[in-house]
Amino acid sequence: MQRFMGVLRFLLPAAVFAVLLRFLYVGLSLHPDVIPSPFIGKPAPALSLPTLHDETRTLSSTQFAGRPWLLNVWATWCVACREEHATLVEIARSKAVPMYGLDWKDDRGTALALLAQHGDPYDAVAFDAEGRVAIDWGVYGAPETFLIDADGTVVCKQIGPLDMDTWRSKFLPLISGAKKGPCT
Amino acid sequence: MRWLPLIFLLLTAVAVQAIENVAPFDDPAMQERYEHLVKELRCLVCQNESIADSNADLAADLRREVREMMIAGKTDAEIKAFMVDRYGEWILFRPRLLRQTWLLWFAPGILLLIGTIVAVRVVSQRARLYTDDPGDDPTGEPNA
Amino acid sequence: MIPELGHFALILAFCLALAQAGFALTGAHWNRVAWMNVARPAAAGQFVFVALSFGCLAWAFLHNDFTVAYVAQNSNSALPAPYKVAAVWGAHEGSLLLWVLVQAIWTIAVCALSRSLPHRFAARVIGVLGLVSAGFMLFALATSNAFERLVPAAVEGRDLNPILQDPALAIHPPVLYTGYVGFSVAFAFAIAAMLEGHLDSAWARWTRPWTTGAWCFLTVGIALGSWWAYYELGWGGWWFWDAVENASFMPWLAGTALIHSLAVTEKRGLFKSWTLLLAITAFSLSLLGTFLVRSGVLISVHAFASDPARGKYILLFLGTTIGIALLLYAWRAPRLKSEAGFMPVSRETFLLANNVLLIVAMALILLGTLYPLFLDYFGLVKQSVGPPYFEFVFLIPMIPLVLLLGAGMHAAWKRADASELLRFVRVPLVLALIAAVAVPWLVYGRNTVLTAVGVLAAVWVMASAWLAPISRWRQKRRLDAVPRAVMGMSLAHFGLGVFILGVTIAKSFSVEQDIPLQRAQSAHAGAYEFVFQGVEPRKGPNYEATRGTIEVRHGEDMVTILHPEKRTYLVQRNPMTESDIDASLSRDLYVALGEDVGNNAWSVRVQYKPLVRLIWLGALLMACGGLVAVSDRRYRRATVVAPEAARSLAQEA
Repeated sequence: MQRFMGVLRFLLPAAVFAVLLRFLYVGLSLHPDVIPSPFIGKPAPALSLPTLHDETRTLSSTQFAGRPWLLNVWATWCVACREEHATLVEIARSKAVPMYGLDWKDDRGTALALLAQHGDPYDAVAFDAEGRVAIDWGVYGAPETFLIDADGTVVCKQIGPLDMDTWRSKFLPLISGAKKGPCT
Repeated sequence: MRWLPLIFLLLTAVAVQAIENVAPFDDPAMQERYEHLVKELRCLVCQNESIADSNADLAADLRREVREMMIAGKTDAEIKAFMVDRYGEWILFRPRLLRQTWLLWFAPGILLLIGTIVAVRVVSQRARLYTDDPGDDPTGEPNA
Repeated sequence: MIPELGHFALILAFCLALAQAGFALTGAHWNRVAWMNVARPAAAGQFVFVALSFGCLAWAFLHNDFTVAYVAQNSNSALPAPYKVAAVWGAHEGSLLLWVLVQAIWTIAVCALSRSLPHRFAARVIGVLGLVSAGFMLFALATSNAFERLVPAAVEGRDLNPILQDPALAIHPPVLYTGYVGFSVAFAFAIAAMLEGHLDSAWARWTRPWTTGAWCFLTVGIALGSWWAYYELGWGGWWFWDAVENASFMPWLAGTALIHSLAVTEKRGLFKSWTLLLAITAFSLSLLGTFLVRSGVLISVHAFASDPARGKYILLFLGTTIGIALLLYAWRAPRLKSEAGFMPVSRETFLLANNVLLIVAMALILLGTLYPLFLDYFGLVKQSVGPPYFEFVFLIPMIPLVLLLGAGMHAAWKRADASELLRFVRVPLVLALIAAVAVPWLVYGRNTVLTAVGVLAAVWVMASAWLAPISRWRQKRRLDAVPRAVMGMSLAHFGLGVFILGVTIAKSFSVEQDIPLQRAQSAHAGAYEFVFQGVEPRKGPNYEATRGTIEVRHGEDMVTILHPEKRTYLVQRNPMTESDIDASLSRDLYVALGEDVGNNAWSVRVQYKPLVRLIWLGALLMACGGLVAVSDRRYRRATVVAPEAARSLAQEA
């Protein structure tokens, strides 16, 4: 102990610094602004909203129980959503899983026009005029895509535009049953 | 590359501050409680601001939620729990005392303790050296 | 042509910096006077070419050369000329060039003012500065070339971020960088001492003015940023504990500790290895700040567009520079022992407490700032550490610090008499206690524990600061009986007290109101009434604005008319809020325009902020105090050339 306090303690600053460097280096490849969802591995929040196409109809998540389904949060004001739209249309064509949209704080007319113009990948679209349901789902930046399994548990969430690579590597294995549990 | 829009938003969003469009609470105590609460919640869009300061739509929506929950009689703890359930611990600017934040909250005490121990050791060592040999020059006039 | 010239000049400067470092350091190692003599001319040459390079970039901005990518991204023809110059450092590449320029300026200052230093030591200092310069220049040339051409050229520029089109923010980076870079001088002095293998009071006396000077600039730089945020960002806030703000505050804390530690080393030859470590730490924190703002590792509003590749380079630079410094420290520091002693009640003990508390504060801020990164690293749940945490935690070491400060300023070296000391400070103590209880009650009508403690600390420090000059003046009844060092110290500590008072009162008694108002409706804050009188459109040089009119009344009297604006800049088209402030030392009245909420009403924010100006006035006084202290006669005294240098010079002859 004497010896340590004597000479080795002068190496302490260098040692602490080395540890700090390690943290900072790893930090370069992390994404501090991406907030993972607290719902992963937990039951999906409730969803009950009028649909985009028909105000009188209600879309409710209780209708989807028993099989996996996808929820895609989008809006016409969301620039990044355009990026993934083509991918969504392709995924819808593959009929791998029902896909439902959540139109977040949008204008009904503009949204319908966009779907008419660029294609409608959704089995149905819920219209969240005030954003309350989005908050219940922990949405903070469109586009976001949730995969809910047959038990109603959220098993995957994609923050940001969805591309085919991510779809094939993260989502499909969970849908087909090749992988279990939440995606990493 | 896809984060460019987000970064752009982060850099420019500070330009406009969030001024409430809704009238304040009639009860000043409620208003003060509201102001404190919204300063403790972090905006997920303009991530370096509280929802009080951020002009993002989501921040306005979250402020509305806080307001409505307060009117419904929820406590601060319940309102915070509501937010944490949906967005995770990240949304609280004041980290709660969890196992993973022990270091954060005990750090002041620990560091002060270490500092005090070091200081006491140095002072007693130097005091011993002084009494062994006070030296010739008189105790100096305090000039800077 | 000119941009290429600028690029080439930078390359030349890089070569000269390498020559400066190479010749100076190897010359000092092998005691070759001719090589060491290369240092100063090389540094001068480096400065000339860096200035030329910077000048070329500025020329490109002023002449709207949109064939240069950096100019196209950050400027615009309609941008007023002063802001075209400020745009040079408006983004990453240019700000790096500014850093290099400031580094070169400090280097030639050291060259010019170090003629009385031992030859070998001075060569080592200049050599180390050359290495630092070279490192930054390599970074600029390799990853961040400001002179890159844009093909095809842009017709018009993207304009400077409107938020940066402001006088305070325009000069904030140069002043701030002057502070950051200034700590490289203290760092160079520390490395030189470690290379020499010894460190004495003379070394401390040489290092002190450079450190204090850098500290002054850093103080003003931080204060400028804070002041700008206050009037520009529209929230009435002036400090947000943002990662990059913390990154500027930490070197300031370390620098403050360093200044005080140097005092002990100069006077008593004590705390030598600790002072060395602080000098290394202060500069490392400057470099860390540079890293944080450019790498995207932490979330910050100040971040330049983050680029992990650039982050890797800075990390490499940071790692190498500080790593070598700390290894040198581990090698040399154990031998720097001193046998001097002091009693438990003495100036030394107070300064030791000062250092401990400042470094604890710095460590707490470092921990809080990096904690989210630590959690992310370990894959744990993401956590935020924000203002509520920092404000609480920062006070813990700071309150004892300022309370000890009032007495510590007057303690004698080696052995002070505790009762004598208390007697000396009895007047400020009593004043402070009375003020703590009375002032909040009498002036603002209420008081809390925290407010009372704040006022106590502020008045205690403010009053106690003047005891030393007053007692000195009493001895001889002449103003020049007060040495500048004492005057400077007193002024700086007084400034700190002013700052504390401003913070305490502004935080405790500010009133803020957000409210939608129609014409002739009013909001109240403090004893003031703010009457909204509608809006009208207005045109500026490169923006369009909606201008509001708000009459401010105090009882029956009209105090002022304020005109907050909502601006849309023509190029970037993001809305900007320009608040309007009626400022005075006793209070600020602050209004900002929100939005048109329909029904002929606009949302408006009004604020009453008492004594808030004292915050920046206090910082300014601190910086002035530092400058006064630096000008003390004893730093201008020529030193006797060290024996070994004299011997070697004689050998060469």
